[in-house]
Amino acid sequence: MSPTPIELRDIANVVRRDVLTMTLEAGAGHIGGSLSVVDILSVLYWEAMRTNPERPQWEDRDRLVLSKAHASPALYAALARRGYFDVKELMTFRKLKSLLQGFPDMQRTPGIDASVGSPGQGLSIANGIAMAARMDRKQFRVYCLMGDGEAHEGQVWEAAMTAAHHGLDNVCAIVDRNMMMGDGSTEDIVALAPLVEKWRTFNWHVVEVDGHSIEQLSAAFKEAASVKGRPTLVHAKTIKGKGVPFMENKPEWHDRRLTEELYEEAMKALT
Amino acid sequence: MAEMGLVDINHSVVETEATNRGYERGLIELADRGVDIIVMDADLAGSSGTSGFRKRFPDRFLDIGLCEQDMIGTAAGMALAGKCIFITTHGMLAAGKAWDIIRSTICYGALNVNICGADAGLSAGGAGGSRQSLEDVAVMRTLPSMTVIVPADAVEAKKATMAAARLPGPVYIRFAAARVPIVTTDITPFTVGQAGVYRQGDDATILACGVMVYEALKAARQLEDEGLGVRVVNCHTIKPLDRAIVNRAAVETGALVTAEEGSTIGGLGGAVAEALAQTVRPTPIRIVGIEDRFGESGKHEQLLQHFGLTARDIAAATREVLSRKRGNGSETESVTTG
Repeated sequence: MSPTPIELRDIANVVRRDVLTMTLEAGAGHIGGSLSVVDILSVLYWEAMRTNPERPQWEDRDRLVLSKAHASPALYAALARRGYFDVKELMTFRKLKSLLQGFPDMQRTPGIDASVGSPGQGLSIANGIAMAARMDRKQFRVYCLMGDGEAHEGQVWEAAMTAAHHGLDNVCAIVDRNMMMGDGSTEDIVALAPLVEKWRTFNWHVVEVDGHSIEQLSAAFKEAASVKGRPTLVHAKTIKGKGVPFMENKPEWHDRRLTEELYEEAMKALT
Repeated sequence: MAEMGLVDINHSVVETEATNRGYERGLIELADRGVDIIVMDADLAGSSGTSGFRKRFPDRFLDIGLCEQDMIGTAAGMALAGKCIFITTHGMLAAGKAWDIIRSTICYGALNVNICGADAGLSAGGAGGSRQSLEDVAVMRTLPSMTVIVPADAVEAKKATMAAARLPGPVYIRFAAARVPIVTTDITPFTVGQAGVYRQGDDATILACGVMVYEALKAARQLEDEGLGVRVVNCHTIKPLDRAIVNRAAVETGALVTAEEGSTIGGLGGAVAEALAQTVRPTPIRIVGIEDRFGESGKHEQLLQHFGLTARDIAAATREVLSRKRGNGSETESVTTG
């Protein structure tokens, strides 16, 4: 039984609170870009993806490649809340001998489908998994969650061509279009616009959504699953730092450290 | 050394073949035997040795186009889904252009991807310095979980290809487009990580890989005429290095020459020097290779001469290292010559 949109919003709120708590404890971590993908991850892990937290290696599961690997706090919190490992592990994030490395490590963390760290690499990996699935006549789907700044990397466009050329309709990429990167606005640094048109020109099926609307995300993943012969890009318009007013659309919250005071203020916004 | 099944390079016409071809035969035999392999190339199938495989097994072959980075990433994905992959392109495009993806995705995940550097060393010949790969062994060797193999000839190239399919983690194998002498046969033992002693001797040891194994055997023959007993070891696996055989050579012969068709920085010579510096007593070593410079255009055999990678050069290096072993050599001289 899939949760209702209201329940998904509650789940997302819990995951956002986890992101703040674990990054406060770690004294580091990328908060802004984690908060912008929480709703996407909630719809994926609690509704769209066929997974089994008790069998993280189940070979028919849907996969997620977190290409924007710096959003690891959001993914770890989602996996813990989904039951892949104990929520208490979140407090070990970035610490020595932790299951939860700064960037996802599939050899350590249950539920991580690919080790990723260097930007721009996830879509190629997702394509490879999808091609293998097709060879083996497997029905599972492969999701790849990318940042928008990551589209500066040339490999993303190599992979975009590959997926379209091979008609990988079992690939669904999501771009977290929060318009911000570490040093400021993506459009000021090297403009990505028109990003939707770029993906369409690369022969992808593109769905544009509000990346914080549970209903729109849910519908987008259903649409993606029904498209044949082409990969789908979900262009998710998001807000960096979503849910915490003093962080929203502030590039400095890409990787700024929380203080106890700011943490209390942020948690109040998420009650 | 009859039990090694080696070709007698002194008494017969030595045949030559590109090691790329051995790679091709290895891939085809794997598939014929029912091993579920996938082969990828980046628009180099004509020379790299994968075109024969493509013809026989089109469903298991993927030409990704000139997207080396995407090719490695896609291979990583296939490995994650349980496939055994061989990816193929020019040595430096494989090892260099895609190094970050090999490092951060394949090695970090210890994925079963075999990275095959075709046309490597000086074998790209006329293409010149930008396309010759002299640094590939060094840059691959630094990566945790990576195995690095440089086969001596086409026969060994086939064996290395087939062995790589059975190894669970990432492997880099280096092949050559140029015809190189065949010194081994089907019965010559080959095990990844186990060097082969191809000639016994107690005065000095030459540790070689790739085409330099042939040159080393010739050098040892020349030195025999001077009354020197020189051991020759085929160090086809640069990583993990066969430390037991290297250590024994150091202890028993006391003078080592390494020989490789690549940079003298960080390759076989570097691996041997690193190992010995931390294990046995100080041993004079001479590293024969290409000294901190790029290649240039020319025929492969001309380039081997031009860069001092012939039997004569190895013999001279052996005399020099022997002189240091006996306490006659000057440190400065040994560093600046060659």
